[in-house]
Parts: sequence; C-alpha cells; structure tokens
Amino acid sequence: MIKLNDIHKSYAMGSSKLHVLKGIDLDIHQGEFVSIMGSSGSGKSTLLNILGILDNYDQGSYHLGGKLISNMSEKKAARLRNEMVGFVFQSFNLISFKNAMENVALPLYYKGVNRKKRNLMAMEYLDRLGLKDWAAHMPNELSGGQKQRVAIARALISQPKILLADEPTGALDTTTSYEVMAILQEINQAGITVIIVTHEHDIASMTKKVVRLKDGLIDEVIVNGELADFSSQYAREIQSV
Amino acid sequence: MMFDLDKWQEILATIRKNKMRTFLTGFSVAWGIFMLMILLGSGNGLSNGVASNFMSDAVNAMWIWSGETTVPYQGLKSGRPIRFHNDDYEQLKNMPGVKTVSGRFFMGNTRYAYGKESGEYTTVTCHPELNDVDQNVMLEGRYINQIDIEQRRKVVVLGKDIRDALFKDQPALGEYVKINNVPFRVVGVCMEPESTRNRNAFMPVTTAQTVFNGSNRLHNFALTIDGETLAESQSIEENIRRMLAKKHRFAETDDGALGMYNQLENYIQTMRIFQAIKIFIWIIGIGTLIAGIVGVSNIMLIVVKERTKEIGIRKAIGASPASVVGLILLESILITTVAGYIGLVLGSGLMELVNLAMMQSPGGEAQQGGTLFLNPTVDFGVAVSATVLLIISGTIAGYIPAKRAASIKPIVALRDE
Repeated sequence: MIKLNDIHKSYAMGSSKLHVLKGIDLDIHQGEFVSIMGSSGSGKSTLLNILGILDNYDQGSYHLGGKLISNMSEKKAARLRNEMVGFVFQSFNLISFKNAMENVALPLYYKGVNRKKRNLMAMEYLDRLGLKDWAAHMPNELSGGQKQRVAIARALISQPKILLADEPTGALDTTTSYEVMAILQEINQAGITVIIVTHEHDIASMTKKVVRLKDGLIDEVIVNGELADFSSQYAREIQSV
Repeated sequence: MMFDLDKWQEILATIRKNKMRTFLTGFSVAWGIFMLMILLGSGNGLSNGVASNFMSDAVNAMWIWSGETTVPYQGLKSGRPIRFHNDDYEQLKNMPGVKTVSGRFFMGNTRYAYGKESGEYTTVTCHPELNDVDQNVMLEGRYINQIDIEQRRKVVVLGKDIRDALFKDQPALGEYVKINNVPFRVVGVCMEPESTRNRNAFMPVTTAQTVFNGSNRLHNFALTIDGETLAESQSIEENIRRMLAKKHRFAETDDGALGMYNQLENYIQTMRIFQAIKIFIWIIGIGTLIAGIVGVSNIMLIVVKERTKEIGIRKAIGASPASVVGLILLESILITTVAGYIGLVLGSGLMELVNLAMMQSPGGEAQQGGTLFLNPTVDFGVAVSATVLLIISGTIAGYIPAKRAASIKPIVALRDE
C-alpha cells in the first residue's frame, strides 16, 4: 500500500538548511494501524505530510497504491488526495462558517457529487459517528470530541484507502481521546489503513504498529506482539527524563 | 465552470455566512459608483444648463445697436446720436463673413386687440432672417417672408402667449388683429424653445416703417456670421465696426456709438470654462473610482488572507488550485457586480429624481430663461463602463492574492493561524 524508499526532506531555514528526514524506508500494508512517534523535531509530522501528498520530498521514492508519487502538479495531487487519503488534524480544521453536515459533505463537492446526494451521505456518516442530532450545528457549538468526530466523518466520506491523523487526540482530554481512538480502531477493522502521529504512548499502544522516529531516521518499529512491552518501556522513558 | 449551479450554491452559502465581509466589499464598490454617478451627473447638469441657455439662440449670432458718440471725431463733437437706416442693412448684407442680417425697428409697447380681448405686447419688426438668430419654433402657419418685406404686407406672427390671450381656443391663423388700431393678418404663431415667455410679436420691418412712421430708420441688427473660430468671428466683428464707423463718422474705438454683442465669443469662452469644469469633475470622478478600486483590492487582500486556512483545508480534502481561485474570484465578481449595480441604480436614480423635481418646480429659474442646471443625468454607457471597470479591477485585485494563496502548500496554509 505504502512504500517509502530512502526519503529525504529538508527545509530552508533562512540561509541554513534543516535536514528533517534523512533516509526513511518504510512499508505499510493495506489494513494496518500504524502510529508514528518521536520527540518534537524528529520529523514525524513531515513524514505524515509526505504520506498525505501535502508536501513533497527531495530524494528517494514514495509509492502509494503502486503509484509513484513524485513532483506532481497541485491539481493531480489534489485529486489523488481526494481519492486516496482522508485527513484528521489536531486542530480539527473544520470550516467555521459551515455546519457539521456541510463540513462532512465538502470532499464530495470536490468529487462532483450533487448536493442532495452528498448531504444525504454526510448525514449517514454523522449518524455512524453518533452525531446525527448535531448535523445543523456550527463547529463553534460543538465540543472538541464532537469536532474531531465531524473531522473523522469528513475524512471517511470520500472512502479513502488510508486515513492520516496528525495528533488526532492532541487537543482532547483522556476520555474523549480514548473514544476517538476507539472510532479509529473501528475504522481500521473495516479495512482502511490508519496512520496516526502522536507523542502519547498510551495512544500509540492502541495501534498495531509503532514507528519511532529519532533525528530524521527510523529508530525502531514495534509490532503487535511486542506492544505489551511497550508500556514498560514507556515507564522506563519517563524515568530517564 | 461559470454555470455550475453547485458552485454558485457554494458561493452563495459563503456570502450568506460572511455578511460583514460581503457588506464591506459591496459598500466600497457601491459608494464609488454612487459618487461617480452624482459627480458626473452634476457636471452634465451644469454644462447642459449653460449650453441650453445659448442654444435658444443661434451660437453664431451677433447683435449690433447704435447709441451716442462719446468722443469727438473729425470735428464732430461727442454726444451725437448714431442712426441706422435701410442702406446700412443693405451694406451689412453684403459684408464678407456675414451670413444673414435682419434689421429691426423698435415700436415700444403696442396694443394688440381682437374682438373684446386686448393687451400690450412687444412688437419686433424684422426681416425673415431674424429667425436664423432667434431660432423660434413655428407652432402654426409661417414666419415673416421676403414677399412680406417687399410688398410691405400687413401681416404678423404672434408669440404663443399673445395668441392664447387674444384668441383663447379659437383659431388665430388668418384672423385680423388690431395693432395700435391698424388691422394685421395673423400668418403664424411661434414660440421660443426652452422659454416660458412668448410675449413677442413679429412683423415685417418695412411694413412697420411705413405704417408706424419709421421712414427708413432701423434701431438694430441681428446677424448670423460665418466664423467657426473665435479669431474668425472677432475679425468679422472688427470689419463691421470699421465699416459702420467710417460710414457714420465716429471713432472705431467708440463703444458708446456702436454696441456689439458676439454670441460665439461668449459661447466659446463659456464653453471653455465648462470644458475645464468637466475635466475637473472627471478627474475627481476617476479619483473616486480609483479609491473604490483600492478599497476593493484591499478587502480582497484581507479576504484571501483571512481565508488562507480555509483554502488549506479545502486543498487538503481535494480542492484543485483552480477551483479555489474560482471560488474566491466568482464571489468577488458577484459581490462587486451586485453592489456596483446598486450604486448605479441609486446614483442615477437620485440624479433622475433631481431632474424630475426641477422639471416640475413651477416657475423658478426656468421662467427667466436662466436655467443653470439641466438634465443632470449620466450617459448610460459611461455608467456601465465605470461599473465594469470596477468589477474588472476587483477581479484582478482578487486574482493575484487568490492565485498565490491557492498555490501555497496546504500544510503551510493550515499552519497559518
């Protein structure tokens, strides 16, 4: 599904250059539930942006669904994002002057689905996330958890192959965070590849695979079976801080 | 793309949800157009008013009248009255540059009577050529003609007010009115355009000289001259003065002996002033328009800045750059068009209202023939082009930042808080 080969990415910071990703090799298969971890500045958000075709890379190759993603035009990238990828952001990024239903329906507008049909579908997805009664509410009338659920519904409505979430629980309290994670697990069970960026170990431990980045390189990959050990390692890390 | 209903629904939804932004953009456009309409309308009104004052007479008209000498000349002392006669008329007629001449003999107030009705009116005695200067409009019948002059016919052309007073609703043409107890046949009724006073009657100058003891005297001349430019008309004026001074033996510089009024000279000078006023109004108008354009551009810049994050979100979920630019531009075009139209309607509506109020005001300036303000409306083409110009500039002003915003990467746009 996702194949990264020696990905490099650097940003120009004034006169100096900041080398953020220094050769990432990563394979993610259909139906995986992956979390990307790392301290701030380790390049985890950059990696997610490259995966979501929101940003391009300098070197290496990235194949998404067997297709090479490289230096494509904005128009092509937009179409591919619309078809393949659903996004969930830390700050929800709902359009403030549109109500919940209209926000959810927006990706379908760019897919060319007519108004009636896309609103119907948006209601269906809101219903699935338990927000049917909130469909007519504006984002500022919703709680953080509700906003994130609207954002998830919006990410899912275009039936993407992968769902990318950048700190989806970063702005939420623990209970709501777990609720959101439960939803993401459910989505993953439906066969959608879910990749999240997080710095919270308990959130990461709810995924099936943890990719730890350190200084622009993959430090370790922990898979399902080893996740039990993860908590103890988490405790160890806390002690070391 | 323009006629995609869904797109318009999306734009209308955005406008509805952002009323303040919409209002500000719209207001600056509507205000610009509104002010432009008022400025141009007032300018037009002013110059129309002045032009109409001149238009009631021929622009190339000239009047000549005699007086008393004020300086001694060739041994003749000052204070000598100068009198014109029929031979002056003949001579003027043959002067180069003179198109038509009419001599006039004043009778003072004369009594007009028909049946039981009577009144005192001004009699203008003239040659047929007078109407080249006066440009009166015939309501009935004809004006004085050459045969009237040659045969010294006792005919008269009445001003509309005289006919109304003497004849009421009865036909006047062919009837005989008594003028100072001498019967004259009515051959025509005329009125002066743009004037509400038509109390003059016209009769052949030769008849008047014969019937009312004028012998061969003439009091003044009305001419039309063949001078296109100011210099040409002034040289004709000088020639006439020189000829008459020589003939009647007075100093050429003696303004008391001979009075002359050159309409063209005055017309050209006045028109020059109004040209300047018009240019001035246009400069202010264009300034207003530029202020409007700057206003729209400013708001568009702010709008795009304000919407950067929204643009990022839209792009992240699959909007192409073109669709983002289209969304912002069509919104701006829609707002400027509607607002421009509103400004246009309000501005020209106000000017039409002023026009209407002036037309209906009884008496007032119009009666004295001194309208300073007439038809203060703006040419429709000018109004529409100004609006279109504003829309186009608003579009260009919106396009540049919209294009830039649409081409930045969604992550950058999303980071923009």
